[in-house]
Amino acid sequence: MVKVRQGTSAEQKQRDLYKRIVTKAEGKPPRLRNAAWAFFAGGIVCLIGQAITDFWAWFMDVSTQQAGDPTVATMIFIGALLTGLGVFDNIARRAGMGVGVPVTGFANSMVSSALEFKREGLVYGVGSRMFQLAGSIIVFGVVTAFVVGVVAAVADLFL
Amino acid sequence: MYLNAFWVGGLICLLGQVVLDNTKLSPGHILSGMTVAGGILGGLGIYDMLVAFAGAGATLPISSFGNALAKGALQEAHTRGLVGVLTGMFELTSAGITAAIVFAFLTALVFNPKS
Repeated sequence: MVKVRQGTSAEQKQRDLYKRIVTKAEGKPPRLRNAAWAFFAGGIVCLIGQAITDFWAWFMDVSTQQAGDPTVATMIFIGALLTGLGVFDNIARRAGMGVGVPVTGFANSMVSSALEFKREGLVYGVGSRMFQLAGSIIVFGVVTAFVVGVVAAVADLFL
Repeated sequence: MYLNAFWVGGLICLLGQVVLDNTKLSPGHILSGMTVAGGILGGLGIYDMLVAFAGAGATLPISSFGNALAKGALQEAHTRGLVGVLTGMFELTSAGITAAIVFAFLTALVFNPKS
């Protein structure tokens, strides 16, 4: 009885060691590679965004700051289109958060949820599921901004 | 500006990826957290400095959404008080949200899910 237990605990140890070796060999390189890909892809997305900003600023003859709105709209359009075409997932498999953190990821989350539930109809599928992932971003963003705004408004009253 | 956009934007995405790979947080948690962080940095006026430095490298990541919400709420809070917080909230993010809803809806109409 005791021997068997020792046997299993030794086996357990062996398995733990094996697991540690495997995670060391397998777990670490993807993390580094993922991080490198995210940096590179995120940089490229923002580089494209900068080029689009400059394009709109030149095309509409407005300041760079005012060109921000059409730029965000353009990037959302690109992200939505690539998601619809099924290309976005292929890019995201490599780029990870490199395309997930910019607004392209926001567009992707909305389109992919909308498409996923399309068979449930336009109202209960597309309409209500669209914000399944994007909703939390809006909720937390708005609550944060609300606190910031209230603090400022109250501070204005007393200062 | 292009170089700054590249490395600042890349760095913010890298941060998201590192958190994703090394913690149990899901992308939803990370993106919400970044939006909150952007809102706080926006409230403190720090995010605008980042935008001035990195351009699209700061305006495209989702943290910029939090910043824009906070800035909209702040601007009208200063002119209209507490009511301004409610009315100014979506002043600057309106373009992004409208574009996202319209484009996502149209894309969902045109395309069908793969698989």
